[in-house]
This record gives sequence, structure tokens and C-alpha cells, in this order.
Amino acid sequence: MAGTEVLGRVTWRTGKVVALLDETLTARTIVIVVPDWPGHVAGQHIDVRLTAPDGYSAVRSYSIASAPSPDGRIEITVDRLPNGEVSPYLTQQVMVGDELELRGPIGRWFVWRPEQVGPVQLVAGGSGIVPLMAMIRSRTSAGSTVPFRLLYSLREPGAIFYRHELQTLSSQGDSVVVTYAYTRVTPKDWPRPAGRIDAELITSGTWPSSLRPSSYVCGPTSFVESATDLLIAAGHDRERIRTERFGATGERK
Amino acid sequence: MAIISRGFAGRRSAGEVKLPPGQYLTTDFPVLSAGPTPRISLDRWEFTIDDGTNVMQRWDWNSFRDLPRETINVDLHCVTRWSKLGTSWEGISLDTLLANVKTDLPFAMFHSYGDYTTNLPLKDLLNKQAWIAFKYDGTDLAPEHGGPARLLVPHLYLWKSAKWVKGMTLMQHDKPGFWEGLGYHIYGDPWLEQRYSEE
Amino acid sequence: MNASMNYLDGNAAAGELSRIFAADITSAEGKCANCGAKKSFAEAYLYMRCPGLVARCALCGHVLLRFTNVRGRLFLDLRGMSYLSVDGAPLMSGEARSGHAPKE
Repeated sequence: MAGTEVLGRVTWRTGKVVALLDETLTARTIVIVVPDWPGHVAGQHIDVRLTAPDGYSAVRSYSIASAPSPDGRIEITVDRLPNGEVSPYLTQQVMVGDELELRGPIGRWFVWRPEQVGPVQLVAGGSGIVPLMAMIRSRTSAGSTVPFRLLYSLREPGAIFYRHELQTLSSQGDSVVVTYAYTRVTPKDWPRPAGRIDAELITSGTWPSSLRPSSYVCGPTSFVESATDLLIAAGHDRERIRTERFGATGERK
Repeated sequence: MAIISRGFAGRRSAGEVKLPPGQYLTTDFPVLSAGPTPRISLDRWEFTIDDGTNVMQRWDWNSFRDLPRETINVDLHCVTRWSKLGTSWEGISLDTLLANVKTDLPFAMFHSYGDYTTNLPLKDLLNKQAWIAFKYDGTDLAPEHGGPARLLVPHLYLWKSAKWVKGMTLMQHDKPGFWEGLGYHIYGDPWLEQRYSEE
Repeated sequence: MNASMNYLDGNAAAGELSRIFAADITSAEGKCANCGAKKSFAEAYLYMRCPGLVARCALCGHVLLRFTNVRGRLFLDLRGMSYLSVDGAPLMSGEARSGHAPKE
């Protein structure tokens, strides 16, 4: 069994698109059923390969958005980039019933497992929310009550992924505390003016460093660097901060 | 064995332009780099020519900019398959830089700020085939495109046009540079599609 | 930190490098041959917008690893690391990969 799992990670295999869900005007979640999927851990990603009839191919990495589950279904959330080569295809042309080539799951460092008992701080920049949402969903599906906080920085309210689910979670008592930070456009009467995350937001919107949480920071490189610097300046231990950088435009490649 | 993705076309070249085999036309100017963009202050910049033992020529930024310069219009072909046509540069010809260099060493290794290297035959640097360019499209060359100065050798794949160049070492034998040592072709003629080293 | 932000991290290279390494490289520990820093590969700065893949030490910028895929042939230069170390303990089927009970 272990042998086929290693091979499964390395070799390309074909999954089938079974559902499409729009998250925002530009982002879509694709639900894929993968035969013999070995399972995954929250935080891991897959590589997706598209091939044109003449053999030209493009590969991009996408974080898995869904919690581990035994039914071979995984979800990825893709944001359409204006000059993207792959994201316009995945968000606008893919249809239910299409096949997608993928390999994975990939990554063993930027992961969260329900066996981890300490408090968790998640910091998302834009589409960096995707692997962190997998961690939140993994916590829910495992019935874990580990204290989780999410600081979700994004351009504007229209850009929120998993809006309804995050809203529901926030309103449940024993659950994930979510703080939104808007960088360009805020909702009406929002207490904080639009802007990048800063020391004040770290103080008010994240676990104090005295709690010694495990932190996961994900998003474009510049976001990850400044968020990590802010956490360290607030007293968090660098060794307890794990990071995953997406491309400057949010693309993973 | 890849499956064909229904309706996927990828980026495609337009029109009747003749490109080297396997290339597509781009109108933007992609930035490719193997490392962080070096920030070099002009009062510390220099370009040297040495033979591995002795420095034969050295210019600082002022003496370099005093040399006769040229404006050229060339096509760029990157091994990652994009081609950009009709790019305008201002720079100093390697003919000028090598004018007072007496050597029979037939090869050169260029070194960049950062740790990039690339090798070329000396004969590919002479006779109006190569420049050290400091302006692109009429303005000072931006750091991400190799500023303050980069090598420009348009008849070969663009990885030979080393960014952030700081000197060249003349050598007796051809030796592979940064990418040439890791599977890329030692010479790199795009018209013969010499992307990779021969086995 | 480097001001140009044109890099990703070791997580982004794991898919390509899985073609050479049987173990997932993101949790492998590497020691920089230049400055001696010991970090997990996921923490390396990854430059992928070039004819290959270059991983650099996050502390000193030294090239740790270079990788190219030329016509299906893979090249790997690991000279920038004093070592690369992975957990060699055999995995239990199912659980260690997926985080939940093995399928029967």
C-alpha cells in the first residue's frame, strides 16, 4: 500500500470534475473525484496539468481546499488571473464531466493534522486562504475543538472565498475566530480603514504570542514576508511559523 | 501519457512572423531570474576583463559610459520559448571593449553580480554580435531586466545574455556556465534549436 | 528577506522534485554548505521563473540546489547543501499520508 501511495504522488493520474461552485466573480471551486486517491492532509496541494491537442502542456499547483475524506473527492479553488494561462481555462471553460490530470498530494511541511493539540493561528493573504480553509475544514470534520484563529487579508468584501461557511463558523460558539482585513475597499462603516495588515491588527486580530500558537501564513510572497515579520515582532517564535508562498500575482508558479 | 484537456490551447504566437523553431511571440517582457535582483550602486560598479590570472582591462561606471556607444534593434529568443521582436537597446559593443585586448584565448566566461555565469566563444562576441547594454527602450535599464548593465548576444538564446554583468574571464577551453552545466546546450543557437546539451 | 519578492518557497518545488526524491522534500532538512544554516527545504527561497529551478538559502542566498528538466531528462545539482536529511522510518500504510485511519 505504501508503495502505491508514493507512486501515486509522483505519477500523473486523471480525476473527473463532478461539481463547480463559484466562490466570487473570479474564483471557482472545482470538485474532483480521483480514483484510488491515497488521501491527503490539510495544507497539501496538487499539480494540475493541461495539455493542448498539439502536445503543449502547462502545469500549475493548487492547494487542496477540502478536508481529508475517505471518498476520493478533493476540491481546489482557482482564482482567475488577468494574464493567466491556466486559470482562465479552469475558471471559465472546465465543465462538469471533464477530466483533469493531476499529481499529488504534495507537501509534508505546511500541513496541519488533527493530532496537533496546540492553538493555531492562520494568516491568509488573498488566495492564500485555500490551504488554510482545508485546515479549518479538517478540524471540523475531525471534531476537534483546538482553538483556531484566522486573520484573512484581502482586497475587498467581494473577494471573500467560502464566505457563507466562514460566516457560519464565526457565529458558532466553540469555533474559529475570524478577523477580516481589507486592503483596498472596506464594507460600509467598517471600523478599520482599508490598508495592509500592520502591528495593530496583529495585536487585535491574532492570538497573543504568550499562547505559543503554531502559525500558518499563506499568500503572495510579499504578504508572507510582511506578515511573518509582524508576527515575529509581536513575539512569536520563528520556529513555530510555517509559511507557503504563492506567486506575486497569487499564482503558485 | 497526457490526456488532452478539452478546449485548452495555451499561449499561441500570432501572424506570419518568422520565429526560430518552437518559439512563440510575446509583446510583454517576461522577467526570468535564478535569484534575487542585485542592487548595485554605480559608484561600486565595474566591468573587468581578465585571463584568469591578470586583469587586462577594467572600467568603472564613468569610464565605461565614456566609451563610444551604439543604439541597436534586435530580437530576443528565450529558451523558455518566448520571443520578443524589435527591442531597442543602447550599449557598448564588445568590439570596443576588446579592442585593446591581445589574446589568443578562444573562450570567455561572463560573471554577474549575484552568482550567475555563462560561457561563449570569443568569436561570437566580435563583429557586431554582442554588447554590454545599459539602456532599454530609451531609458536606463531596470534592475529586474539586468540593470545597471547586461550582456546582450541576440543571436543566441537569451540565457547567454547575462544580466548584472560584472566581468569576463578569457579561457583556453570552453567550460559550462550556470545553466550549461545542468543540461542546457553549451552554445545555444535558437535557429538550430540548440536548447539542450547533446547526449 | 530580499526586496524583489520574485521567489516562492520549497513547497512549490515539491511536485517536480518528487520525480527524483521518493520522500517528500518539503519536510527534509538541509544544511547550507555556505553558512551552515539548517532548515527544512520548505523554507528555502525558490526561483522558478527561469530555465530551471533554483533553491537558495533563506539566510545567506547561497544556491542550495539546482534542477532542470531538459527533454524529459532531469538534472539535479545538490552541491550547495552539506546534507539533505529525511525521516527514513517506514510509513504505516494509509495513516501517515492521509492523517486518518488506513483504508482496509
